[in-house]
Amino acid sequence: MEIVMDIHPLVIAVTVFVLAVFVGYYVVWSVTAALHTPLMSVTNAISSVIIVGALIAAAPMEGSVAKILGGVAVGLAAVNIFGGFTVTQRMLQMYKKKK
Amino acid sequence: MTANLAAILYLIAGVCFIMALRGLSSPASARAGNIFGIVGMIIAIGTTLAQPGIEDYLWIVVGIVVGGLVGTVIALKIQMTAMPQLVAAFHSLVGLAAVLVAASALLAPDVFHIAIEGKIKVVSRIEMSIGMVIGAITFTGSIIAFAKLQELMTGAPLVFPGQRLFNLAVAIVIIALAAIFCIDQSPTVFWIMTALALLFGVLIIIPIGGADMPVVISMLNSYSGWAAAGIGFTLENTVLIIVGALVGSSGAILSYIMCKGMNRSFVSVILGGFGGADSMSVKSDKPHKAGSADDAAFILSNAGSVVIVPGYGLAVAQAQHAVQEMTEALAKQGVSVRYAIHPVAGRMPGHMNVLLAEASVPYDDVFELDEINSDFSSTDVAFVIGANDVVNPVAKTDPQSPIGGMPILDVENAKTVLFVKRSLSPGYAGIDNPVFYNSNTMMLFGDAKKMVEAIVKAL
Repeated sequence: MEIVMDIHPLVIAVTVFVLAVFVGYYVVWSVTAALHTPLMSVTNAISSVIIVGALIAAAPMEGSVAKILGGVAVGLAAVNIFGGFTVTQRMLQMYKKKK
Repeated sequence: MTANLAAILYLIAGVCFIMALRGLSSPASARAGNIFGIVGMIIAIGTTLAQPGIEDYLWIVVGIVVGGLVGTVIALKIQMTAMPQLVAAFHSLVGLAAVLVAASALLAPDVFHIAIEGKIKVVSRIEMSIGMVIGAITFTGSIIAFAKLQELMTGAPLVFPGQRLFNLAVAIVIIALAAIFCIDQSPTVFWIMTALALLFGVLIIIPIGGADMPVVISMLNSYSGWAAAGIGFTLENTVLIIVGALVGSSGAILSYIMCKGMNRSFVSVILGGFGGADSMSVKSDKPHKAGSADDAAFILSNAGSVVIVPGYGLAVAQAQHAVQEMTEALAKQGVSVRYAIHPVAGRMPGHMNVLLAEASVPYDDVFELDEINSDFSSTDVAFVIGANDVVNPVAKTDPQSPIGGMPILDVENAKTVLFVKRSLSPGYAGIDNPVFYNSNTMMLFGDAKKMVEAIVKAL
C-alpha cells in the first residue's frame, strides 16, 4: 500500500492519546464507587504494560548497562502485573450479592 | 510479524484494557473485566516478544518468573486493611520501571529505533524526559506515601520555612535541564535531571498530612499513568499510550472525587500542611448519655430500620466481621440493616467497600452517601462505628472549620444515634462533634470490636 500523506508519527500518537483520555474519562465515571479500590489496583496492573519497553531493552544479545536496566524493569513490571491482577481478582471475589 | 500486524494486535490489547475498566461498572461484570485485562496484557507482551529485535530471552524469562512469583505471593498474602500501602508500593514500581526504560533508551537508543546516526531524535528526547521525570516523581512520591501509610514515618505534614519556594525552584531547574538535554543530548544533564526529579517526588509528598492520603494515592495513580504514556510516546507504542491515558484520567477522576468528599481543593491538598493537629485532645465535660452493650442491643432489636455508618476506626479495630455478625443477628429479628459509606471513609477510594465485602456484607446492602443520606430521617437507629468527622454537622454550620463544607452523613436526623467510640476525643480534623451531646445520642465507649461482640451476645 502506498502512503499517501506524510503524517509525522507524533501526530498519530497524540491523536491516539487524546482520544484515549476521553475514553478513559467516560469509562472511569461509569465505574461504581464501591469498586474504586479494585479500579485502582487494576489500573496499577495495566499501567505495567510499560513492560513492553523493558522487554525491548532487555532483549539484545550483547550485555550492556542498558540491558541490565531493562532486565530489572522487566522484573519490577512483572511484580506489578501478577500482583495487580491477582489482588484485584481476590477483591472482586469478595463482592457478593444478597442471598 | 509485520509492523502492521503488531500495531493491530497492540490496538486489540488496548481495547481489552478499556473493557477491563468498563467491567468495573458493576460487581457482577467486574471479574470478566479483570480477565479482559489479563488477556490484553498477554497479547501486548506476546506481540512485543515476536518483534525482530528480541534475540535473548533469558533475562526476560528470569525477570517475569521472579517478578511474577514475588507479585503473586504478595497479592495473596496482603491484608485488605493494607491495600492503600500495597497500591502505593505498586505505583512506585511503575514509576521506577518508567525511569529505567527511559535511562535504557538514552544508553541504547538504537535498540529502540529512536536514533539517527547515534543522535536521538529531538522529539524522542522530549518524550523520554517527560516519561523519566514523571516516573521518578511517582517512584519516590509513592515510597513516601507508602512510608506514611505503613507508619514507618509520621503521618503529620513535614513542613519547613520556604518549602513552597524551594519546591518551585527545584521544578524550574528540572524543566531547564530538560530543555538543555533536548538541545545537546548530554547524559550528565539527564542524570542530574533524574536525581532532581527523584528528590522532587519526596518534596511534594512530605508536606501532605495523613488525612489527605486518599487524594495522594489517587494522584500518584494518575502520575503513574502519565509516566507510562510518556514512555509510550518515546516507543511510538499505541497500547502504552492508550493505557497511559486511561490510567492517567482514572487517577485524576479519583483525586477529584476524594477532594470533593472532603470539600478540599486539589491545590490546597498539594500545598499540604493540613491535619497536623490530630493529637489535639479537647477535654469535654458537656453532658452526654453513655450506654452499655445491653442498652444498645435493646435499642437495636426494637428498631425497624438500622443504618450502620462505618469509618476507618472499624478497620483499625478489625471489627468488620463482628459488625456483620451483629447485622445477621438483627436481620433474624426482622430488623432492616443497611450500610452508609462516606466517600472518604477509608484510606483510599472505595476502601471501606472492600473491607465490608471481605466481611461478607452483600454489596446491595451498602449505599453511597448520595443514595442514603435522605433516608436518615426515616431511620430508627444510626449506628456510627469508628467514624467521626464524616458525621459531624459542624461541616454544615461552620464554614470556617477545617471540615467546613464537607458533605456529611446526616446521622443526627435518625431517631436514635448510637456512637461507638473510645472517648469523646475529636477525629482526624481535631474538631468536637455536637452529635455526641444530642439528647437522642447514646455513646458506647470502648473498643469497637469488643463493644460489637458484647452487643451480639446480648441480642
